Amino acid sequence: MKHGLIAALIAFSTPAFAADVSTYALDNGMQVVVLEDHRAPVVAHTVWYKVGAADEPMGKSGIAHFLEHLMFKGTDKMAAGELSETVTRNGGSDNAFTSWDYTAYYQRIAADRLGLMMDMEADRMRHLQMTEEDVATERQVVLEERNQRTDNDPGALFREQTRAAQYMNHPYGVPVIGWRHEMEQLNREDAFAFYHRYYAPNNAILVVAGDVDPDAVYELAKTYYGPIEPTPNLGPRVRPSEPPQLAERRLTMSDPRVAQPSVSRTYLAPERNPGDQKTAAALSILAELLGGNSTTSFLARTLTFENPKAIYAGAYYDGSSIDEGTFSLVMVPKPGVSLQEGEEALDAALAKFMAEGIDLDELARLKTQLRAGRIYAEDNIEGLARQYGEELAIGLSIEDIEAWPDSLQAVTPEDVMAAAAEVFDRRHAVTGWLMPEQQPETQQGANG
Amino acid sequence: MKRFAVALMALVWFALPVQAAVEIQDITTPGGIKAWLVEEHSIPFTALEISFRGGTVLDRPGKRGEVNLMMATLEEGAGEMDAQGFAKARDALAASFDFGAYSDSVTISARFLTENRDDAMQLLRQVVMEPRFDQDAVDRVRGQVMSILRNAETDPGDIASKAFNAMGFGAHPYGSDDNGTFDSVAGLTRDDMFAAKSRVMTRDRIYVGAVGDISAQELSTLLDGLLGDLPATGPELPKHIDPALTGGVTVVPFETPQSVVIFGQKGLSRDDPDFIPAYIANEILGGGADSRLMREVREKRGLTYGIGAYLVAFDHSELIMGQFSSGNGSVSEAVDVVKQEWAKIAADGITEDELDIAKTYLTGAYALRFDGNGPIARILVGMQMDGLSKDYIATRNDMVNAVTLAEINRVIKRIYNPETLTFVVVGQPEGLQTN
Repeated sequence: MKHGLIAALIAFSTPAFAADVSTYALDNGMQVVVLEDHRAPVVAHTVWYKVGAADEPMGKSGIAHFLEHLMFKGTDKMAAGELSETVTRNGGSDNAFTSWDYTAYYQRIAADRLGLMMDMEADRMRHLQMTEEDVATERQVVLEERNQRTDNDPGALFREQTRAAQYMNHPYGVPVIGWRHEMEQLNREDAFAFYHRYYAPNNAILVVAGDVDPDAVYELAKTYYGPIEPTPNLGPRVRPSEPPQLAERRLTMSDPRVAQPSVSRTYLAPERNPGDQKTAAALSILAELLGGNSTTSFLARTLTFENPKAIYAGAYYDGSSIDEGTFSLVMVPKPGVSLQEGEEALDAALAKFMAEGIDLDELARLKTQLRAGRIYAEDNIEGLARQYGEELAIGLSIEDIEAWPDSLQAVTPEDVMAAAAEVFDRRHAVTGWLMPEQQPETQQGANG
Repeated sequence: MKRFAVALMALVWFALPVQAAVEIQDITTPGGIKAWLVEEHSIPFTALEISFRGGTVLDRPGKRGEVNLMMATLEEGAGEMDAQGFAKARDALAASFDFGAYSDSVTISARFLTENRDDAMQLLRQVVMEPRFDQDAVDRVRGQVMSILRNAETDPGDIASKAFNAMGFGAHPYGSDDNGTFDSVAGLTRDDMFAAKSRVMTRDRIYVGAVGDISAQELSTLLDGLLGDLPATGPELPKHIDPALTGGVTVVPFETPQSVVIFGQKGLSRDDPDFIPAYIANEILGGGADSRLMREVREKRGLTYGIGAYLVAFDHSELIMGQFSSGNGSVSEAVDVVKQEWAKIAADGITEDELDIAKTYLTGAYALRFDGNGPIARILVGMQMDGLSKDYIATRNDMVNAVTLAEINRVIKRIYNPETLTFVVVGQPEGLQTN
């Protein structure tokens, strides 16, 4: 067993943030990142596993998230529920979350309890225990979670269907919570198989943020996480990739629980990549200019102000992922405007945007806001910790994360239009109509 | 087996020194506006929270939703600027202004950089003193409110809230949706917007919290400039009302796989001398992840993803409420478990061990609330509106720690009443006994 000798000690200075950022690597491959903020005697202790729902075996959808729940059950040394109870007894709070690309566990607590948190978190990295009864009860809990988040909400059900159509081969098309029929079959063996393969120090990132000294954090990390054996031969994170997408997909869904019909369009879009974030930066700016601001963005102006067809119109870019992301548009038609007319208005607005180009004043204001956003972000150290954790977990480096604000500032109008032209390809798109009941006049293949 | 001995040793004595981080200055401007300030100069911006007591309870008869629509339309043009012009001016300064309408208050949450503080405040002053309420803006925002009302009609959580509030409060403003009804919102005019604003934004009801890169003198000048010309006084506030909750289970049929449940009974006011013991008792019954309700309904039986209970202290009424969702096939069992837990705590109270754990958690977690200028500014306003003194932050944990087992069990006997615990269930519950 290695004893946490210093393999690398690299501290990056980041004048852009009030929080000082330091990073180290433990001998066993675990990355440690520390963000300092000494304004309050509090710390956030977060561990990010580089595994998520997109890494699940076929037919086992939901296992990454189910395991996240089971991680609170106990270890060789801790009884079920003891970890959370200990956090509570120390005046802290804890939780966890799962995405397609990562699974994260965090505690917020008094800064002098950091060692205790590491002791427990390191323990459950390798020594998880659970009974068949724990698994059966918790499976009911995640099924109720699915009920609450998805099955009780037609909008969530439709987003799930849209995503499944967007990704024809990549597992990003499978919901993180899991498909119900597969969730019902998940068992203890599935959970352990996933756990033993992926929960290891060389597949984890520790991000500690708050009133702490980086050297002291590093010493604690060596003590608690350092002795854990890495898992050998954890290969690169290669998932099934998308084939050429040649045909637009069109979905209509009716549900009596839908009160407000809507039109959505999602396009496959390039994601942020290590050392190469230029296109992603342009797409982020594009989303803001096109549909970020509810008053001044192009879609808001065109569809809710000038010739009002919509109650709401917006655009979003999700490119913080390992593999291809999405660029989405949505419009909620005013009463009396059909989904057909709504989609035509959206497409007409998009065509107008492509023809007119971007408003330079709007771009300048956006860049001002982005610069100010970095000042405001300093006030939320845990938000920064979350950002670092997420972005490191999808394979970006500290340098990439720190270069991102500059990448955004460097985006030119030409970059934005080139990125738009690349992404707005209907062959790569899913167009969706969500409505209360089947509309008899439904027409397929509208091209605005 | 308890390996983490340090955790147990830590019980009881442990609490973070919040006061170290939060030094409140209490100021009164030359114009008579009171404010609490925490200077925090390490980041060059200020979070300013302004609240006016009153809120949507001040909607006039037949004009339900006027205060909500007014607050939502405030930012849609002021002075010489229309909605587009105002948004551009605000964004060019990278300032943000959020406007909120609640039952007992309306709020302005502002955030602005030190480098252009004066310009940002000039802009906000125009919103406060010279809103335009242009007809097209009122109509556009009205359309958004109508969309919210439509969505609420088929959202099981909204249906449950509406039914519960109507049952508890009837014709009192707490008994209906702040957003108004389709009819009342359709009838609101531009004039109603001006009238609503001058009713709810008045100098006698202002509460201010500021945190960030600003001095007491600067804040004082800023506040007089911003708020000094508002009307002096507002209309009378509504009378106190006891919720008409007499127990039982009401089902609102709605086709959806999971039932949503809201339950509640009469509570106690924020200035009740028993408030702190009641708060601790609620923490134990339904406060966090380790509460009795979470343990019994989720951890042991897997009947829900989450269940919580909370004390609701309105200005003019009080409730103990809770909420959860459970599949139509399991909700009946879940309702029974909640009833049993309510009866159990009312009959037997809590144990010394539970009290100790809750005290440790509450006193330790208190510091976690103070995480950022904006959250601290909101806490400062909340404390003033609750009539708490500046030193409450420093003494609050001592008050929690001073509660004895005998005292909390007396308070539990006083407040928890299983007979009047009233449930509203929205969904298609199977085998649920109703009345």
